[in-house]
Amino acid sequence: MAIIDPGHAAKQLVYERIFRAATLAAALLVLLILGGVAVSLFRGAWPALRHFGFAFVTREIWNPVTDEFGALAPIYGTVVTSLIAMALAVPTAFGIALFLTEICPPLLKRPIGVAVELLAAVPSIIFGIWGLFVLAPVLQRHVQPWLIHHAHHVPVLGQLFKGPPFGIGIFTAGLVLAIMVLPFIAATMRDVFDTVPPMLKESGYGLGATRWEVIWNVVVPHSRVGVVGGIMLGLGRALGETMAVTFVIGNAHRISTSLLAPGTTISSAIANEFTEAVGDLYTSSLIALGLLLFLITFTVIAAAQAMLRRLERRTEQ
Amino acid sequence: MINRRFFRKIKNGAFLALSLVATLTGLACLAAILWTLISHGVAGLSWHLFAEMTPPPGSRGGLLNAIYGSAVMTLLGILIGSPIGVLAGTYLAEYGRRSTLSVLIRFINDVLLSAPSIIIGLFIYEIVVVKMGHFSALAGALSLAVLAIPVTLRTTEDMLNLVPPGMKDASAALGAYPWRTIVSVLYPAARSGIVTGLLLAIARISGETAPLLFTALNNQFWSTQLNAPMANLPVVIFQFALSPYKEWQDLAWAGALIITASILMLSIAARVILAMLQAERGSDQ
Repeated sequence: MAIIDPGHAAKQLVYERIFRAATLAAALLVLLILGGVAVSLFRGAWPALRHFGFAFVTREIWNPVTDEFGALAPIYGTVVTSLIAMALAVPTAFGIALFLTEICPPLLKRPIGVAVELLAAVPSIIFGIWGLFVLAPVLQRHVQPWLIHHAHHVPVLGQLFKGPPFGIGIFTAGLVLAIMVLPFIAATMRDVFDTVPPMLKESGYGLGATRWEVIWNVVVPHSRVGVVGGIMLGLGRALGETMAVTFVIGNAHRISTSLLAPGTTISSAIANEFTEAVGDLYTSSLIALGLLLFLITFTVIAAAQAMLRRLERRTEQ
Repeated sequence: MINRRFFRKIKNGAFLALSLVATLTGLACLAAILWTLISHGVAGLSWHLFAEMTPPPGSRGGLLNAIYGSAVMTLLGILIGSPIGVLAGTYLAEYGRRSTLSVLIRFINDVLLSAPSIIIGLFIYEIVVVKMGHFSALAGALSLAVLAIPVTLRTTEDMLNLVPPGMKDASAALGAYPWRTIVSVLYPAARSGIVTGLLLAIARISGETAPLLFTALNNQFWSTQLNAPMANLPVVIFQFALSPYKEWQDLAWAGALIITASILMLSIAARVILAMLQAERGSDQ
């Protein structure tokens, strides 16, 4: 009897080829999905894009009755809510990451880290009902009247915080988004800060620097690319976030200078109107909004990933 | 000189205090959300929830059809998505570790991981709902599967990379083909890590609302047909919470409590498994 059974070896080779092909096919499917998303969105959006041309992204009008659609109000809402979210979330996330990596007693490090990660696991719709039923009334009764009263005489702020306190609107949506993206940015920043070699920090302390001076002059410059990557990752999330915003934005296709006014975002417009859209042009316009969102978030997330990768490569060297 | 040192100390203290405030703010947000869910949701918890269908406006009922629908679509989504994710992760970690194609796929996968889920919903609407001509539970499950792939792919690749190379070499030295090594040596060694990935994927997709809105839609009645619209917890919560009826709002809060509690428990379970895995690794060395 031969030690190696040729039939057995041949069979093994066939299995090997099948298994390898299966893993390759699964890996290629990932590319296919992204390609499929781009192609199918473009095809769905084509009727609207052909009908309205470039004016689709520059017009504010959104009128299902006369079949006239423009994406300016949703684009404005998406950008402004995300900017508010980033303005609030980035400093807070920076503080959390600092606390976790530099200050926190070792015993509390894990529980607090896990708590922050759990905040990231809470589904978007939960932030939505919490925002609508708990946060919005508080803002309406206490925060917004105060803002309106005190910003009244200040030139720019007066315009931003004007009008009746609705509770819901652009500002509230930005605030809820800030809470939602906070854990993502904080977790990325924490991981990035952890990559700073202890030797560098020790050298700083050795020169007599305070803890804050070491953080600001050693840790932050060393991990700058990763910090920006984490911020962009959070921005990508904020731009595409749907359900939470849908609850608290107020759904008005209008551009208002006041942040307290109701507005709309790309994703909330799709979530609200898609199943109720009658007519091909209406549906196609909503898909065109989806295509815009896809292009915007893809660019932001891809840039974020590229930055985080650059940092990773540098750390490996 | 004294002044300057004093100023530096004050600045240091101020910024450290601010970072403590930031951390407390984050924790307070989590606590506030959980407290709201418990205080609003507990009142609605009763066996009716698990025994009765979603009611018409103005009457009492339960969430049975929605819970069933969510379970079915999440399960189907995982059954379709996770094998693809695991196989693709295997390709990236073993067969194509350093190829240009793998670099590209890894990059695209990370983009998909953070892509807005509503876009995936629109994609499945275009390729499944439009082709079939109607909304269906199958379309809902497919959109969840697409969301599960990037999560399982990422964890599988990371976990396979953690397996000590010596085990792979030992298997190869016995004359095993790579597929044999992967199936009989690497998968068992990375098992708990891959299971963690599955749990995280379930946690991720079971709360998703946006992709179900225009794929599975909703269904007020009991339905087990995969070819028809199916009720699901997230969309029912969305619809009921925004309604003016007290009974519906109460059900929405109870549903929100159920869904959040299960997702948080899954996430914690995944972390416990991972911590145990790390402890095991640590004691081996």
